[in-house]
Amino acid sequence: MDLGTLQAYAYFFFVAFLVVVLYSYIYHLYSSQWKGKRDYEKYGNIALHDDVTDQPIETISKNDDKKVGGINE
Amino acid sequence: MENRPLEYDYTVAKWFMLTTVVLGIVGMLVGVILAWQMAFPAVNLMAGEGLAEYTNFSRLRPLHTDSVIFGFTLSGIWATWYYVGQRVLKVSMAESKFLMVLAKLHFFIYLLVVVAVVGSLLLGISTGKEYADFEWPIDIAVVVVWVIWGMSIFGLIGIRREKSLYISIWYYIATFLGIAMLYLFNNMEIPTYFASGGIGAWYHSVSMYSGTNDALVQWWYGHNAVAFGFTVPIVAMIYYFLPKESGQAVYSYKLSLLAFWGLMFVYLWAGGHHLIYSTVPDWMQTMGSVFSVVLILPSWGSAINMLLTMKGEWQQVASSPLIKFMILASTFYMFSTLEGPIQAIKSVNALAHFTDWIVGHVHDGVLGWVAFMIMAALFHMAPRVYKREIYSKSLMNTQFWIQTLGVVLYFTSMWIAGITQGMMWRAHDEFGNLAYSFIDTVTVLHPYYTIRAVGGTLYLVGMFLFAYNMYKTMTSSRRVEESELQNASPMGA
Repeated sequence: MDLGTLQAYAYFFFVAFLVVVLYSYIYHLYSSQWKGKRDYEKYGNIALHDDVTDQPIETISKNDDKKVGGINE
Repeated sequence: MENRPLEYDYTVAKWFMLTTVVLGIVGMLVGVILAWQMAFPAVNLMAGEGLAEYTNFSRLRPLHTDSVIFGFTLSGIWATWYYVGQRVLKVSMAESKFLMVLAKLHFFIYLLVVVAVVGSLLLGISTGKEYADFEWPIDIAVVVVWVIWGMSIFGLIGIRREKSLYISIWYYIATFLGIAMLYLFNNMEIPTYFASGGIGAWYHSVSMYSGTNDALVQWWYGHNAVAFGFTVPIVAMIYYFLPKESGQAVYSYKLSLLAFWGLMFVYLWAGGHHLIYSTVPDWMQTMGSVFSVVLILPSWGSAINMLLTMKGEWQQVASSPLIKFMILASTFYMFSTLEGPIQAIKSVNALAHFTDWIVGHVHDGVLGWVAFMIMAALFHMAPRVYKREIYSKSLMNTQFWIQTLGVVLYFTSMWIAGITQGMMWRAHDEFGNLAYSFIDTVTVLHPYYTIRAVGGTLYLVGMFLFAYNMYKTMTSSRRVEESELQNASPMGA
């Protein structure tokens, strides 16, 4: 097998691999939502509720004691 | 000590808003001068024979491209970053003295770079590489500015309250990483004075690459400057500003993530389409062409997501000029990301390459998508950072229609000019002799060049209306309460 043929095979399998990765990612996004593991759509609200006094959609940690708006969360 | 409630700090955002407006006017004014020079060459001598060196087309052209790309657009990106970044991460710049100092440093070093760029380009000091015209001392300063911005991004992310990074932040990070990589590699250059032991000017340099390799790196950079300067950060803006202004969450967050990764992967391979039918290997040309066509998918993924965000709320497009700007921007994004791939198809490229159609494509993207979105972002930010309503809604509407007419005149004239040019260059008789000489095309194209100049002038008039509206908003508009700033921006009549 010459180098050109090898490159062609490598190229084909690489593209096929990436297509699999892409579709797996789509599956991952939707299945996480179905199974209730993660609700991706709620992150859209980050833009809408973005005052510094708004409650974060997901806080950094449960023990987060940073002050928000001068009030302890 | 007064115990004041925490607020976002927009000091640096305001500064960058100012440079966005000023450099936008400079860049577009120079562009309009160039357009009139193309139609009427006597304009090259507008300041007399003595100053012709500074006013001719070739001296001004890099000033136009660089002030629009690195002046207007970058300032717009940073103005929105220092606004959106704080808001979606729910952390104020005022909470970190270090980040505040960095941000101010970012702005002032950037200003110095702007002065150096304008000065050096006017003096004709340039590397001669398109969109990478700056000589090595300026390149080093650019890298410093970029590193500071990176520290600012990751610093703010480091102290955030919101755990998940909103999709706009992903796009800002991609802008930072993408340009960092592209700029460094394409601007690898050898200072000739030091390499030769003292010959020539100290600031002069030559590229580290040569011939075909230089062309490849240049267009890998050139096309991805469009990707990571004119697309990725502008998508970051629309993902924040359209939902916020309309009060509608993004239609599908999952689609936004998918489109993000699609865009990141595909865009980097498309630059080869600038070198179709050149000396680069054939497979690279084919790859550039194929990836350009595939690029339609992630681009339209974002654009359709934006249009669907308006689902059930389309009356806002009629009632709000700000939403009009963003919806037209999104539509132009779809339009130019379809046009680009069509031009990248080899058989179409054989006709389109080097013609005015390419110039038309760039401008429907930049004027229709990039500039409309940046201006919409600034309009949305103005009432929130100055605590005053937008001075005039009717002025915004007037600006919108004048500029839309300007863009339409620009790209339609360039389509006709480009295709006419391409057809005339290819035409030959039965013996293979060319049917037309170059000057024949120039004569035929003259009316279209004039229409283009008129279109550009209209767009510039709109820029002045924008600047006036922003100035009045800043200084004398009605003051507004925080409660009026939730979604739709308050506007005076």
